[in-house]
Amino acid sequence: MRIAHPSLRKEWSDTLGRYIQRRLLITIPILIAITAIIFGMLQLTPGDPLDAYLSPDVILSIEQRNAIRHDLGLDRPAPIRYLFWLREVAKGNLGNRIKTGEPVGTVIKQRIGPTLSLMGSGLAIGIVVGIVLGVVSAVKQYSVLDFVLTIFAFLGASTPAFFAGLLGLYIFSLRLGWFPAGGLATPGVPYSFWDHLDHLILPALMLSLFQVSSIMRYTRSAMLGVLSQDYIRTAQAKGLSQRVTVGSHALRNALIPIVTVVGATIPALVGGAVFLESIFSWPGMGTLYLDAIAGRDYPLIMGMTFIIATVILIANLLTDLTYAFIDPRIRYG
Amino acid sequence: MDNSVVKSDARALAPTTPEPLTARQATVLTPTRQALRRFRRHRLAVVGLVVVILFILLAIFAPIVARSGPNTVDLLGRNQGPTGRHWFGTDRTGRDTFARTLYAGRVSLSIGFAAAIISIVVGALLGALAGFFGKWVDGVIMRFTDVVMTFPAIIIILTIVALTGPGIIKTLLIIGLLNWPVPCRLVRAKFLSLREQEFLVAARAMGASAPRMIAVHAFPNTVDVLVVYASFGVVNAILLEAGLSFLGLGVQPPTASWGNMINVASNLQVLEQQPWLWVPAGVAIVLTVLACNFIGDGLRDALDPRMNIG
Repeated sequence: MRIAHPSLRKEWSDTLGRYIQRRLLITIPILIAITAIIFGMLQLTPGDPLDAYLSPDVILSIEQRNAIRHDLGLDRPAPIRYLFWLREVAKGNLGNRIKTGEPVGTVIKQRIGPTLSLMGSGLAIGIVVGIVLGVVSAVKQYSVLDFVLTIFAFLGASTPAFFAGLLGLYIFSLRLGWFPAGGLATPGVPYSFWDHLDHLILPALMLSLFQVSSIMRYTRSAMLGVLSQDYIRTAQAKGLSQRVTVGSHALRNALIPIVTVVGATIPALVGGAVFLESIFSWPGMGTLYLDAIAGRDYPLIMGMTFIIATVILIANLLTDLTYAFIDPRIRYG
Repeated sequence: MDNSVVKSDARALAPTTPEPLTARQATVLTPTRQALRRFRRHRLAVVGLVVVILFILLAIFAPIVARSGPNTVDLLGRNQGPTGRHWFGTDRTGRDTFARTLYAGRVSLSIGFAAAIISIVVGALLGALAGFFGKWVDGVIMRFTDVVMTFPAIIIILTIVALTGPGIIKTLLIIGLLNWPVPCRLVRAKFLSLREQEFLVAARAMGASAPRMIAVHAFPNTVDVLVVYASFGVVNAILLEAGLSFLGLGVQPPTASWGNMINVASNLQVLEQQPWLWVPAGVAIVLTVLACNFIGDGLRDALDPRMNIG
């Protein structure tokens, strides 16, 4: 970002600050809407949430059941319970898991780290590899390499995350033995970064497959659009090296549509993480969510919905802000 | 409709058709015919169409092609690898994987197409309302769309299915009813661009009612956008069904679907030692999705040459 005059820069950061404020204000009703929808859905379900709390072999009288129901706050009308929940969330309390009684916040805190490392590395691989391959593909348009990469991109974008994960596990872990077959780290061995990385690479690669493919295809077409522009010909005519022409003149202008694609693939990343975590026994948010659903653990489902929605909304905000860093012409008013 | 005529003239004049027109072509070059020609020239799209038709035929004629039922048990040939008798091998109860893959195609393809149709109908309706009426109607519908789009569909679907219980019809309805945001946005954008066009202003001036203007005048102009979306909608629905069934929350065994056939691979032993049980269904999904993506690309090139990128 090259903003010449200090006063201009000041003005720019002011509007940006106001923009972020306004976006965060819009975010709150969206968060409330999402959690209210999920909460409403939970009310429509046929089962009694109390059953998830009791072990099946315990037989209780109706009075005993009602007493427990009252203790858990399950006997109040739904809208009131939702408002209670909101009030507690505002205080930073997400409630307790029905199944084990642990605070939801604590459980999520344990699980969010592994998920963020999986999704973060998947996204990073997707962006870096996708852009590099896309640029190569565009510069060498119609070459054998371009053809091979295009086929790879089509295949990658058409393979569901869980099938990619299973194939990866089968080929690279079980057949070739290059990577461990799952888990966060080798059990019984003290934590080491390299051990964690060893476990992380395969699921992250399989998760990034879809990202790499879609980012690569959009990079290729955006680059092709830019490379045929007059100012690129000018740059080449000036005798600038290929590296400068492609790397700084062309890529910078191709980045805007690419950022849009990166933002648009975030939901796919979250969805893919659920499958890959369950295939690679990765103790993250995805497996926790499946657990929560299977056990009808309402407080946990609500808490996780809230956290996931927050993370996604923040990711969307970051995507929008990235535009400003790439294209100084974009102003937020 | 005036609008589409103007557009097609522009297309005919544009130097996109290098080969000289024969007299016959020049006389009957309707927009549909032009689109068909452009589609036929997209080689990958044609291959995709052939693959999809082949898969549909295999699914329809499964009883003839498969040589055994999806749940027929061959007691003497259990846990076999691929043989001449069982092309894709058998599982531990002696069921033929090839037959199951074909019958699973019936379920998975039906869910894919039906869910796509539902999402297009719902999306087109909401998009038409938002784009036509604008103002607060638009505001409410689009904010709702934002909320649905913000959240990964699979998470919402997982939650609903886990709470309402699995089943073919439920899977189909849930996938269909959650995938409407994209067609909704497409139709809305198209309607917004149509709103001030002469033919709609004229229709309004002649006293056409709102439903008539939407259905008869504006909607036909969105058909091409929706046709292009349809193939991607099918892709989405097939992938979601497969994912759900893979997690055991979609189509329930013994009914085979491509997703729940892959589910056996969550057992590490099956994953490692009997790849013939789960690879065929996975390959079927990848091929179908790939083919539909190609068709979608071809349709986009054929119906909207201006969107042609790369």
